Amino acid sequence: MTSLKKLLLGEQGLVVIFAVAFAIVALTVPNFLTERNMLGLLQSVVTIGIVACTMMFCLASRDFDLSVGSTVAFSGMVAVMASNASGSILVGLVAALICGGAVGLVNGVVIARFRINALITTLATMQIVRGFALIASDGRAVGINDPGFYQLALSKFLGIPTPIWVMVVFFIVFGFVLNRTVFGKNTLAIGGNPEASRLAGVNVSNMRIWIFTLQGLVCAVAGVLLASRITSGQPNAATGLELSVISACVLGGVSLAGGRAAMTGVIVGVLIMGIAENVMNLLNIQAFYQYVVRGLILLLAVLLDNLRSAAAGRRT
Amino acid sequence: MQDFLQFKAISKGYPGVQALADVSFSVKKGAVHGLMGENGAGKSTLIRVLSGDQSADTGEILIDGKAQNYRSVRDAFEAGVIVIHQELQLVPELTVAENLWLGRFPGKAGVIDRTRLVGVVKQKLKDIGIDIDPAAKVASLSIGERQMVEIAKAVMADARVIALDEPTSSLSSRESEILFALIDRLRAEGKIILYVSHRLDEIFRLCDSLTVLRDGKLAAHHPDISKVTRDQIISEMVGREIANIWGFRPRERGAVRLEVKDLAGRKLRTPISFSVRQGEILGFFGLIGAGRSEMARLVYGADSRSQGTVSVDGKAVAPDSPPQSIRSGIVLCPEDRKFDGIVQGRNIEENMAISSRRHFSPFGILQPKKEAELADRFIARLRVRTPSRKQEIVNLSGGNQQKVILGRWLSEQGVKVLIIDEPTRGIDVGAKSEIYEILYELAGQGMAIVVISSELPEVMGITDRIMVMCEGRVAADIERADFDERRILAAALPDVANASELSNQQVKSR
Repeated sequence: MTSLKKLLLGEQGLVVIFAVAFAIVALTVPNFLTERNMLGLLQSVVTIGIVACTMMFCLASRDFDLSVGSTVAFSGMVAVMASNASGSILVGLVAALICGGAVGLVNGVVIARFRINALITTLATMQIVRGFALIASDGRAVGINDPGFYQLALSKFLGIPTPIWVMVVFFIVFGFVLNRTVFGKNTLAIGGNPEASRLAGVNVSNMRIWIFTLQGLVCAVAGVLLASRITSGQPNAATGLELSVISACVLGGVSLAGGRAAMTGVIVGVLIMGIAENVMNLLNIQAFYQYVVRGLILLLAVLLDNLRSAAAGRRT
Repeated sequence: MQDFLQFKAISKGYPGVQALADVSFSVKKGAVHGLMGENGAGKSTLIRVLSGDQSADTGEILIDGKAQNYRSVRDAFEAGVIVIHQELQLVPELTVAENLWLGRFPGKAGVIDRTRLVGVVKQKLKDIGIDIDPAAKVASLSIGERQMVEIAKAVMADARVIALDEPTSSLSSRESEILFALIDRLRAEGKIILYVSHRLDEIFRLCDSLTVLRDGKLAAHHPDISKVTRDQIISEMVGREIANIWGFRPRERGAVRLEVKDLAGRKLRTPISFSVRQGEILGFFGLIGAGRSEMARLVYGADSRSQGTVSVDGKAVAPDSPPQSIRSGIVLCPEDRKFDGIVQGRNIEENMAISSRRHFSPFGILQPKKEAELADRFIARLRVRTPSRKQEIVNLSGGNQQKVILGRWLSEQGVKVLIIDEPTRGIDVGAKSEIYEILYELAGQGMAIVVISSELPEVMGITDRIMVMCEGRVAADIERADFDERRILAAALPDVANASELSNQQVKSR
């Protein structure tokens, strides 16, 4: 192999491609590399980035979660309605976490204990939960009464908006969990070979329930931040989020067959999605084209991944 | 008869390994030719080169005097060479006939001629003496029957050379006999059969000639197998004399360690009871499907039990939970290493530490240094052959994978009962003895060991006592002093008439 090929198909190939793409975009697209645009870019990927943290675990353990978009909308809605009703933002937050966690728990129990395929289960809960959000609000957006709620998304720390900090903290925490804890290793082991992991003493069904519950909780956090940013609970918020999140994970080298995941990869995947959209906005490309471009990026990433595993296969 | 199939100075290297070095031998028409060697000796590579899956670096293959330079499996197929791998290549949801025609269905304009489809296959199966309904779905067939279909497929394609890679590894002895009869008929038709196996009995039962490989080189070529002895072949395989591969050592037996009472479950309906003492190695023998592995999975809690109790040192073990069994001191090395044992995509270290790391990971946070120490300690103690603990487990040979799984359990705390299902399936002779040594050592330390094996010489060679299972029940319980090949086999066979006949055959073949 030539050294260029080696670089692109090696472990860090995606990071290299990302760095090159970033440099090209920064040099050629006007207004891209400004502080305002960078912060805007990061804010636009907060929801995807946060949810991708736990989606990574889900995919790494050979599962799938389609219900994340609905859960984000529903828990955002719950947060707004509960804080409006009680007059306390804290109550709203707790209520959102409980609801999000509950959705995840139900997903996990149905999938792990009743052994229903994850795709089917979460396809069902995706619709059920979206229904809940619409029923609760009668299909309308629910405005936020307490202006303090806006501060969740508007407040800044060291000049950087809180949601970005939350995302960064999640990246660090879940990166640590994946690489440095028994939970993370067991997740990868389950994805690598569920039956062998079970016989090796890993409590596979509990692990899966935990992963889905975590996913629900994390969706609730994303939902609250999203509601705060759009200043209302929207029953139709975050439609199609599940696809963007899964795309970002796959872009980042997470294997849909399970057993392979890396936090850095997912972060890069999230950023690539964000940059593509951001650049197209800056270049005034019609939104309709963005779907096409997103799809193409995903296809290219998967092809690249395929080449990379083939190369890895040759090396061993 | 002339030499029909010739290998001439075949060499093939992979990065870091010379898998085949200058291997030459030839096989006559209408012969069954055995290919033996330890794992890693180059058998698989040779078969791959023959099948067109990989091409040799140097050297050539001649068929009927003509040099073949095929580049793909398709080319080899056209040249009449078909390799039947352990993983069968059939489509389960299609019928036998459809599988046999796959890729070239008879018919016009894409409409399949069903009469011809079934008719031709029916005739063909009858010709070679296979009794399988062409209209049956492959999914409904046993593994043995699927193997027949695979061979029929080769015959249908007019294969001149058929290579079988460990065909009996998942067959019962009855199914194997049917396979052997089929091979005999193919030999009579003038086909060349290349037969790869670890089992000496089969080699002597079937083969006319034999090649032994060692470390990628030709260790011996025997044009006439009747002039060789078992011991000679074994020493050619390992390159040293192995007087007694079992190396059995008697031990003291202590108090009862494992007590199983009236245990039953969905796949093992008749309740089973037995106990194993400290330092005892108890063997379970039986045909495939006799319920031995099901018993092991029940004891370990891998399958849920419907009744009965399991206790270790008098303490009851919580049902249906491998994690609880491990905490109580029961561990299992499963039968199917690839699907139930190793975690693919992970390295040696992670496969070893998967269970025991909880003892030294405070709040679930990993301690990489301790894991590395643990892995290195057991790699050394179990003599796992690997360049490093970071090696992907799938790249290890079967014997080394088994050792890693043993390491997984030896690194646990307080293991009292080790259940090991088919300890040496697919493992070469040298590594076998090493695994037996480990078992003796563990038993010597007071562990109770349950060995399940389909290889009678192995169970007889290494255990203190054998429980024979037949159709889900315990058919006999025999102490080492009373071990008798015929008696054990007779107990394992479902009905008596067959028993004496088959055990006679087995004895003769030895």
